[in-house]
Parts: sequence; structure tokens; C-alpha cells
Amino acid sequence: MKILVCIKQVADMESRFVVSEGASWFEETDLAFRINEYDEFAIEAAVQLKASLGEAEVTVLSAGPQRASDALKKALAMGADKAVLLLDPEAPKKDSWQVANLIADWAKPQGFDLVLTGMQSQDRGSGQVSLFLGELIGANSVSCAVALEASPGSIKVERELEGGLRAQVELSTPALVSCQLGLNQPRYPTLPNIMKAKKKPFETIEVTAALDPAQEVLWMGAPEKAGAAELIEGDLASQVERVVSILKDKKLVG
Amino acid sequence: MKALVIGEVVQGKLAETFGELLGFAASLGAEPVGLILGDTAERPGFEGLLYIGTGAEYAPAAHKAAVLDVIEQEKPDLVVLMHSAYGWDLAPRIAAATGGRQLSEVISVQDGVFRQSCCNGKLQRRVKPAAGLTVVTLQSGAFPSAASAGTPVEKTVEQSSDGALKLTGYIQKPAAKVDLSKAEKIVSAGRGVGKPENIAMIQDLATALGAELGSSRPVVDAGWLGGAHQVGSTGSTVSPKLYIACGISGAVQHLAGMKKSELIIAVNKDKDAPISEVAQYMVVADLLEFVPALTEALK
Repeated sequence: MKILVCIKQVADMESRFVVSEGASWFEETDLAFRINEYDEFAIEAAVQLKASLGEAEVTVLSAGPQRASDALKKALAMGADKAVLLLDPEAPKKDSWQVANLIADWAKPQGFDLVLTGMQSQDRGSGQVSLFLGELIGANSVSCAVALEASPGSIKVERELEGGLRAQVELSTPALVSCQLGLNQPRYPTLPNIMKAKKKPFETIEVTAALDPAQEVLWMGAPEKAGAAELIEGDLASQVERVVSILKDKKLVG
Repeated sequence: MKALVIGEVVQGKLAETFGELLGFAASLGAEPVGLILGDTAERPGFEGLLYIGTGAEYAPAAHKAAVLDVIEQEKPDLVVLMHSAYGWDLAPRIAAATGGRQLSEVISVQDGVFRQSCCNGKLQRRVKPAAGLTVVTLQSGAFPSAASAGTPVEKTVEQSSDGALKLTGYIQKPAAKVDLSKAEKIVSAGRGVGKPENIAMIQDLATALGAELGSSRPVVDAGWLGGAHQVGSTGSTVSPKLYIACGISGAVQHLAGMKKSELIIAVNKDKDAPISEVAQYMVVADLLEFVPALTEALK
């Protein structure tokens, strides 16, 4: 089984984001970057499938700037077999449709049986690239997977709906599945596997989006802090005292 | 302007969120055309045209084909779905067939410019789609629900079967021992608790307050607490008198499940964490120090 895992490298969400006046993206200098959290579940799912199916090859792909190679190297250390970087320094500013087309142009002729992705990125959070890609490469696709079983030709997925309900879905390959948090427990790469990953095939392909943007970001910035919280700062004792008095005022404690 | 609003059917029931789709259309002054796919006898109340297809509730290729059929007939400017598991799945399929213009989880709109949240709620962006049909999904609760009024004129739309994909059933996660939806007070643990051993100090605070123990999604995903404790759009929706969020940054999915609480107190090292948008008070502190100290003071 030929498996493709599509990942994105995103800024650590604990970061303090700074957006210049008039800019459509935040400043990247001084930020730490990591694998998009959802995508770690997709990588883990692929590595587990490879182990259970025996015959499988896992390719991990990212469309991004040069820094995304670090995310791909970590995916190799987690157990992917080879990596492809679709190098585009402007990729973080591209819209979902442009990015999905970049990936599809490369992926479609490769004949993957199964494509795994995270269900959304933590930075843009649109949740579109995955299903766009499924449509563009002609795969049967399903989103929000919290359980996954694969056998040659057939995939079984549990999709997470609202309120703890799950839908059970079966689909035939070629298939694309987008992964929700909690699908598995993504592993940490071990030191020997990090060393081994350095010898795995790593291909960099320079790409440029041929498509015009489907949308334009006019403004990016911090949300208006209407009704923002009153901050309780200071030393520990005064903070505790303040919270206790709030709870007493509201008659929430005796 | 015309908006095709697509409702959703789960286990034979029409989701109540149909009113939010209508409310969104009304806020734009757009004429709504409804579409419901999947077998249900339930009908929304509004004045206008309602397309009905009967078939499987989750059949993405068949639903996409039916939507494209209605788009062809009605030529809407906007196709609108909720940013739910259903809308999440169907919207990009429609957008991919119509030029890739999709705006996800929209929170407001003004003069054709849509506002969206990004980076875990720390930033927002205002986005203008290129000219042409635009697919939009709405954040749950962002637009007031239109009151049910009137009876739509029904038309049938062909809904084929989806050969390559089959919905085989539903499962409900095991019935919860705790019912957070009825709790008067909730103390919730988030990723900021750091490790499973620290859940005990959150439980101690909950006990001291006579509160139930809640959590954000990462804590459940990591196996530190069972799924019954999860608050948020994929867990329980709660509205207690008191909600104390310990080490919860405030992902939109979590906020959607708890923002209706009467009093929200957040404990977080990061005073800019998005939870501060819904909390009345933000204790800027290391919860590993603050929580035990508060528990002690309450005893």
C-alpha cells in the first residue's frame, strides 16, 4: 500500500503573535515552529498502518518554506520512509485552494492508495486543504477520523460528530482520510530513529502556484477585546484573597 | 442576493442550527433557499423555497452532486453551512467544484468581507473572496437564530447513492458517569496542568467548591481524564453558575461549549490566552501554585 501523509509546519500556538500594520500574515522571526498538531496523528496513523500491513511505503509531504524541512525530518524520525518538500517560500500566505492544487499536481500521478492529513491547521484553521486535495486527486474522502482501520482496498473510519456521537463509515481506495485529535498517541522519535532518519530519501522540489488566489486577506490582527477579562495579578496571597472574595460576593461559597 | 442554506440531518433529525443559517442570510438581506439532504420528516419554518432530497445522511459524493444540481437551478451568490462535522465535510467538496472560494468558520460579515479567527483564537483576519459563488461555514452561535415562521414551498432534488462510501452506523460514546450539562459549578483542567499527576489538585479544588471536574480536549486525548469530562463542541455544552478554567488556553471548540457559563474565572500564565475573551476574571499565575493555595483558602 502506498501511503502519503501531508503535513504542515506551524508556529507554536503559545507564541506571542505580532502582525505589522497592513500585513496579511504574522511576523515569523523569533517564533518556534513545529508540526501542526493534527498532522502528528496522521503521521502516527500511517506508521501504525505500515507496521500492521507489512507491505506499505509511507511518503511524507509538506508544501512550505525551507523551515518546513525540520517538520519533515521529524516525520521521518517517527517512521515515515521518505520525504518530499514542495518548496515555496510564500506557501504560508497562500490560500487553501492554491496549496491543495500545488500538492495535487505532484501527488495525482503518484498513485497513492491512501492519503492521510490532519483535519485542519492550527494557524489558518480553515480545514479545507485536505478535502480539496481528495477532490482534486479523485480519492474517496472522509474527514474528522477518530478511529481508522485499513486493509487492501478498503478503509473503515469513525468520524467524530457533535456531542460524543460517531458515524461509522466504510470507503474503498484510493482514499483520503483527515485525522482529528485523539486518533492515536503520536510517538516521540527516539535518538536511534533520529539518526536513521538522516539517511532516508529527502526530495526538495521548487514549486510556484499557477493559480490566482481564491481569496484575499485584507487585514490580520488581534481580536477586539470587548468584554475582556479583568486581570488578577500580583502576589499569590492577594490573588487567592481576591478570588475568594469574588466567590463570596456571588454566593458561590459559604 | 441569494443564499443557499444547507441544513443537516443526523439520525433522522434536522439540526436546530438551521435557524442560524437563516439568521445569517437575514443579516445580509439575502433571499434564503433551503436544502436538506437525508431522510427526515422534520421541516424548518421560513418563507421561501426548500429543496428536499431523501437518501443517506452522510454520503458526500451524492450530497455534493445534489447541491451542485440546486446551484445550477438557483444560481445563488452564497452557499452556507454550519461549521459542524457535516458542514466541515461537505463545504470544501462544493467549493472545489466551483472555483475554491470557501471561508471557514466565519464569525461576522460586513460589506462582503468576512471575519475569521486563526492561530487558536489569538488572531483574526478579514477576508474577501474573489468574485463568484462563495461557500461559507458559520461558527456555531456566531449568528442569532432566525425565528421559525412560515411554511416553505417544497421541491424535490434527486439524491443518488454514494457507491464508494457507505455510512454503516452510529455509536455514542459510553454514557457518562458525570453529567456536566446539569452541573452548577465546574472546575476544568487544560493542557496547562502539565502532567496527569496534577489532575488531582484540580479535583481537590473541585471538591472544595462542590463542583464537578471538567476538562479541555487535549486532557482527554492524552488519556488523563475520561471523555465524559470533556467540555466543548465535541464534548458537553455547559452553562454552570461558576466555571473555573485551569490551564485552558481557550480553543474555539472549548469556548463554544462553556461561554454561556454565568461566571468564568480563568487561571493561566499567559494573560493573552483567548480564554480571556469569555472570562470575567483572569488570574495570571502558575496554576500549580495558585490552585492548591485557593483550595487551602476555601477549606
